[in-house]
Amino acid sequence: MTTPLAIENLSMRFGAVTVLPDVSFEVAPGECFGLVGESGSGKSTILLCVSMLLSGWEGRIAIGGRAVRDMSLMERCRSLQMVFQDPYGSLHPRQSVRAALSEPVRIHRLGDVDARLEQVMTDVGLPVSFLDRYPHQLSGGQRQRVAIARALILEPSILLLDEPTSALDVSVQAEILNLLQRLRAEKGFTCLMVSHDLAVVDYMCDRFAVMQHGEITEILPRSAILPNAATHPYARQLIDASIAYENAM
Amino acid sequence: MTTPILEVEDLTIRYRGAPQPAVQGASFTLGRERLGIVGESGSGKSTVGRALMRLLPTAEIGAARMQFGRTDLLTASERQMRALRGNRMSMILQDPKFSLNPIRRCGEQIAEACLAHERMSKRAAKDRALAMLEAVQIRDPQLVYDRYPHQVSGGMGQRIMIAMMLLAGPELVIADEPTSALDVTVRLEVLKILDGLVREKGIGLIMISHDLNLVRNFCDRVLIMYAGRVVETLDAAELDNARHPYTRGLLAAQPRIGGSRDPLPVLERRPEWTRPMEGTA
Repeated sequence: MTTPLAIENLSMRFGAVTVLPDVSFEVAPGECFGLVGESGSGKSTILLCVSMLLSGWEGRIAIGGRAVRDMSLMERCRSLQMVFQDPYGSLHPRQSVRAALSEPVRIHRLGDVDARLEQVMTDVGLPVSFLDRYPHQLSGGQRQRVAIARALILEPSILLLDEPTSALDVSVQAEILNLLQRLRAEKGFTCLMVSHDLAVVDYMCDRFAVMQHGEITEILPRSAILPNAATHPYARQLIDASIAYENAM
Repeated sequence: MTTPILEVEDLTIRYRGAPQPAVQGASFTLGRERLGIVGESGSGKSTVGRALMRLLPTAEIGAARMQFGRTDLLTASERQMRALRGNRMSMILQDPKFSLNPIRRCGEQIAEACLAHERMSKRAAKDRALAMLEAVQIRDPQLVYDRYPHQVSGGMGQRIMIAMMLLAGPELVIADEPTSALDVTVRLEVLKILDGLVREKGIGLIMISHDLNLVRNFCDRVLIMYAGRVVETLDAAELDNARHPYTRGLLAAQPRIGGSRDPLPVLERRPEWTRPMEGTA
C-alpha cells in the first residue's frame, strides 16, 4: 500500500518571512498524525499547503503517491477534505444543511443525492430532519458535525483537521472526538490533525510532530507523552507544561 | 473565613427582550480567596462577572443582596461605580489583543491608568508603571514600556493587562478566561504570576473559566453553573468527589494525557438540572 500522505522538503514564504523553512514527514495508512506547537509555528500553514489553499510553496506533497500539484481540482477534492476550527465561520449562513451537503455531490456527479445525504447525516449522528435547518438553528457541536459530514460526503482518503474541537465546550468536544474516532475506524481514512491540546492529541493520534518556528523539532509516538521521552528542549518544555497544567500542583 | 469582600444572594439577570433570565438565583460569598466559576458557554458565568462590575447596560439585574465591602452594588450610582471600577474592583479579559489600545504604547496605557485613579505627576506615573511591569516579571520593563501592543506576544500582553488591573491595589479581581487565548507553555507562567500577586496582596479573585483543570489548580473553591443556575459549590480539592451529575459529566468528558482510548463519556443533560437543587453543599 502506498503512503497516503508524504511531505518532502516543503517550504513556504510569505514575502520576506519564511513560515516553513523545510518540512518533511510521512503519514502511515489509517493513521492519525498530530501537529502541535505554539501559535505561529506553522501548523495550520502545513494543512493549507497540503490542501492547495496556499499554492506558493516549494517541495513535494503526495497523496497515495500522486503529487497534489498534478491533481485536478476535482481529483484533489475527492482525495482530501478539511474541517476547520470554527464551526460558526465555516458554514455558509444562508445555505441550509441540505444545500451545503448536496453541492459537492452534484458537482462531482455522484448521483442519488438523497440517499447519500441521509447516509452521511446518520454517520455523523444527526437526525435526517436537520437537513432543512440553517446553521443558526444548530448548536456549535451540531455545526461541527455538519462540517464533518460535508468533508466526508466525497469519501476522501485524507481528512485534514484544524483544531476541530478548540472552539467547543469539553462536553461537546467529547462527542466530536468520539465521532471522529468511530468514523475513522469505520471508513479507514487517514487524518492530519492540528491541535494545541496534548490530551486531545493523546486521545486521537498515533504519532505527532512538535513544531517551533516552522520547523519540526521532533516526531514522537503517543506513548512518549506521559513519560516525557522527548529529547528536543522545546518539545520537552511543551510536554512538561501540558502535564503540569493537567495535574494538580 | 475572613470577613467577606463580596456577598451575593439570589442574583437574577435578564437581558432585555430575552424570554428566560440568563442567570437565576445565584448566591455566593467571596473572602480573600480564589473562587472559580465554571460552566459551558451560555451557562451565564461571564454574565455574573459583568453584573458584578455593572457592565450590563441592557440587562435587568435583581438580587436580594449584592454587597461589595460597604457598597451596595444594586443601588450604587453610576458615579460611585466609576470610582470602584479599576480602583477597588477590576477585570482581566480573555484576549489582550482586544483589550489594549492598539495605537498607544503599552507603558503609556498603564501610566494612564495610574493617573486616572490617583493624583500624581506624569513622572511618578511612569515609575509606577515600570515597577508594575517588573512585578509581573517582565525582564526589561523599559523596553516593553515603549512597545506597541502588536509588538508584544500574547503572554506578554496578558501580563501587561494584569499589571494594569492590579495597579490600584483592588480588593476584587474578576478574571474572565484570562489564559484561553494563550499557548499552553505561556499559560502556566501567566497564571503563576497572577496567582502570586493575588496571594501576596490578599486580593479576592473570581476566575471565570470553562477549563476544569485550570480551576482545580488555581482556585480554592469552585461554583459550577449550568443554564444560568449554580448547580454545585465545592472546594477545588474536592472536585473529583463532585456529587452533581453535571459536574461529574464535565469531568469525565475531558480527555486526559495517558488516559484510556475508549469512547469518552458523553454528558446526558437532564431537564431537572435547571431547577434549584435542594440540600447540597
